[in-house]
Amino acid sequence: MRPLLVPGSLFPALVRYSQKGMATEENKNAAAGSDAQPGPKSASQPASQQGFVYLPLIVGWLVPGGGHFLLRKWGRGALLGGSILAMFALGIAMQGKLYAGAHDVLDILGLAGDLGNGLLYFVSRIAGWGADQVMVTTADYGTRFIVVAGLLNVIAAVDAHNLRTGRKS
Amino acid sequence: MTHFAAVVLFAFFASIVFGITQREKPRDMIRYGIYCFVLFVASAIVLSWVMFLIAR
Repeated sequence: MRPLLVPGSLFPALVRYSQKGMATEENKNAAAGSDAQPGPKSASQPASQQGFVYLPLIVGWLVPGGGHFLLRKWGRGALLGGSILAMFALGIAMQGKLYAGAHDVLDILGLAGDLGNGLLYFVSRIAGWGADQVMVTTADYGTRFIVVAGLLNVIAAVDAHNLRTGRKS
Repeated sequence: MTHFAAVVLFAFFASIVFGITQREKPRDMIRYGIYCFVLFVASAIVLSWVMFLIAR
């Protein structure tokens, strides 16, 4: 007896996207209407597409620009790492506050932003850098610089992850 | 450090990160980075004038 539903026979022209990102070879072939099936995973994907997918995300969070260095994006990594490091260093130099605990909602948000700096935050806490309390006006700017450096670092780490998965080229 | 110098430094570094992470091609990255920098600084100047006029 002939089966009622043959996979792929009802909608042969349907473009099926993989879950690996938008710019993968499979998606490009599907969007171009190519019927050619990609080869085995090891043959169709470069060496940088293999291994632990979240490694650039984690390395990028711990070390600013590290995720891009891992993917051999040297220029982007240097610019991102330099910018984030400079913002963090300026914040510390301006006697910005490093959030240590979560006493209220604003402290929780500040702590979350600071934690985005990865190892920079932990090293700074251990070394005792940053002010405990904001005493001067520039220290308030410095506190914001440190928080925003952490948030930018998270964006950079996610960008490294997108490059790794092929969502971004 | 003056407030304006802090704004310019903030805008400069944030624009670099935005440009690299939000665009794919180097040319687009530079253009978007400059666009973000101008918007950061211009909005800071406009808002500071607004606050100055409100406070008078």
